[in-house]
Amino acid sequence: MADAPDRILLKVSDLHKRFGANVVLSGASLTVPRGSLVAVLGRSGSGKSVLLKCLANVVQPDSGVITFDGKELRSDTPSARADFRRRCSFLFQSNALFDSLTALENVALPLEQTTDLKAKEVLERSMEALKQLELDVHSESYPSQLSGGMQKRLALARAIVTQPELVLFDEPTAGLDPLRRNAVFTMIAKYQRQFGFTALIVTHDVPEALLASDRVALLSNGQMGFEGTPEEFASSQDPFVTSFRDSEASLSSQLHSIRRGETIQSKES
Amino acid sequence: MVRSVGRYTLSIVQALGDFTLFTGHSFGSALGSRKLGRRVLRAMFEQGVRCLPVILIVGIFTGLVLGLQGYYVLNRFGSESLLGTLVSLSIIRELGPVLAALMLVGQAGSALAAELGIQRNSEQIAALETMGISSHAYLVAPRLIAALLVYPMQTALFCTIGLWGGSISGSMLLGLEPGVYWSAVERAVESRDVSECLLKAVTFGLLTVGLCAYHGFNAHRNKSATGARAVSASTTRAVVQSSIIVLAADYVITSFLI
Repeated sequence: MADAPDRILLKVSDLHKRFGANVVLSGASLTVPRGSLVAVLGRSGSGKSVLLKCLANVVQPDSGVITFDGKELRSDTPSARADFRRRCSFLFQSNALFDSLTALENVALPLEQTTDLKAKEVLERSMEALKQLELDVHSESYPSQLSGGMQKRLALARAIVTQPELVLFDEPTAGLDPLRRNAVFTMIAKYQRQFGFTALIVTHDVPEALLASDRVALLSNGQMGFEGTPEEFASSQDPFVTSFRDSEASLSSQLHSIRRGETIQSKES
Repeated sequence: MVRSVGRYTLSIVQALGDFTLFTGHSFGSALGSRKLGRRVLRAMFEQGVRCLPVILIVGIFTGLVLGLQGYYVLNRFGSESLLGTLVSLSIIRELGPVLAALMLVGQAGSALAAELGIQRNSEQIAALETMGISSHAYLVAPRLIAALLVYPMQTALFCTIGLWGGSISGSMLLGLEPGVYWSAVERAVESRDVSECLLKAVTFGLLTVGLCAYHGFNAHRNKSATGARAVSASTTRAVVQSSIIVLAADYVITSFLI
């Protein structure tokens, strides 16, 4: 069933991006319903992060249409872009925290620079965000003094302090062990429900993404090879979806073959 | 051959245009920036207080050496009384603004290029843009505004300390009457010399801080290196180009004002 237009917060149509001769996106399209948690899956280097950076205006797409809340975002529509920036936050894979600022100053920065709030209100709201993410006792610590998980929470606190409607997560679990990975997905799902923002997560952690998300999209060769609910993804018979979904079973089968001394042909090219 | 010269010339013109747009955009973006004053003060602290020791040390030794060399040269012609003239005009017209700018490039400029390069590498600059904060206004404009204020102050300090260095050499170590030295300074220095000195300081500040910020800010555009190497390459390029531009701009300004 098609989503009603007012239910759709973000719509990407036919997005193209290339870096020199390297075509990264070749007609990617995506629909993000309001209030949902959408996971974009794909192999490493498939263009997931570039898609997200095109949405966040960090990278300029070559062509395509991005519509946010019914308004098209173009270089000649600065007011729509400014509105998008005000209502959207981006959580970088590397967290992108300011290492010369304390945790509190990091969280307060977007409020200080983009709103007319008084210093007292900025402080109160920043402390509140830190408290909600259980970081209030570390408000005077610098990012380098915090653990990896705390840094992730601090980045999320900075992302949500402006009360955005859409939060873009760029591989929030990259490089984390399984326990921390679960903790980050739980944190995102928890705060997404608590604060009611729409979340778009780029990841390659299939089981966690299927459990946490409302919708799943699979990026393949610069285009969306699949878009649907986690249940539809789990039951899809599309060869690319099955290869991606059943990668764990495939690994197990290959390892059994290796142990039995059979020759395995690598799929990496 | 002609084609490669043409291509090289075009790349220089393009880089000059890019640098001019970068500096202009940074100044323009400062107009609507919130809490700019606080960031300007911080930048003034970095360029001013942190660089003070090196300015004082280089200033005093420049004056000492100039006094020493000048005294023995003038002594051959029996003109030691002109030592104040030699030291003051050399320092105020040329050495003060040039050496102060070079010292500031070495200390504050290199730090600025490296800091911005690291911020670019760790996506802090991209993070600012996604938050709707102009990275030019937040990171570059305060440094440029601070340079317009700090460079003349540091140069004035350098010149004052340099004159004292000349006095120490000439009067305390070589026996020239202090009154003779300082009256020669007073007679030689005109307001025009001080204006030229300050004009040079402002110009050098704008050019060097602009160049250092430009190279650090655009560290990711480096084609020959990535990551930490790109930061180090950008910092080196910033310092080398800034040092050259100081000397080139000094010649141009002097040739117009002399």
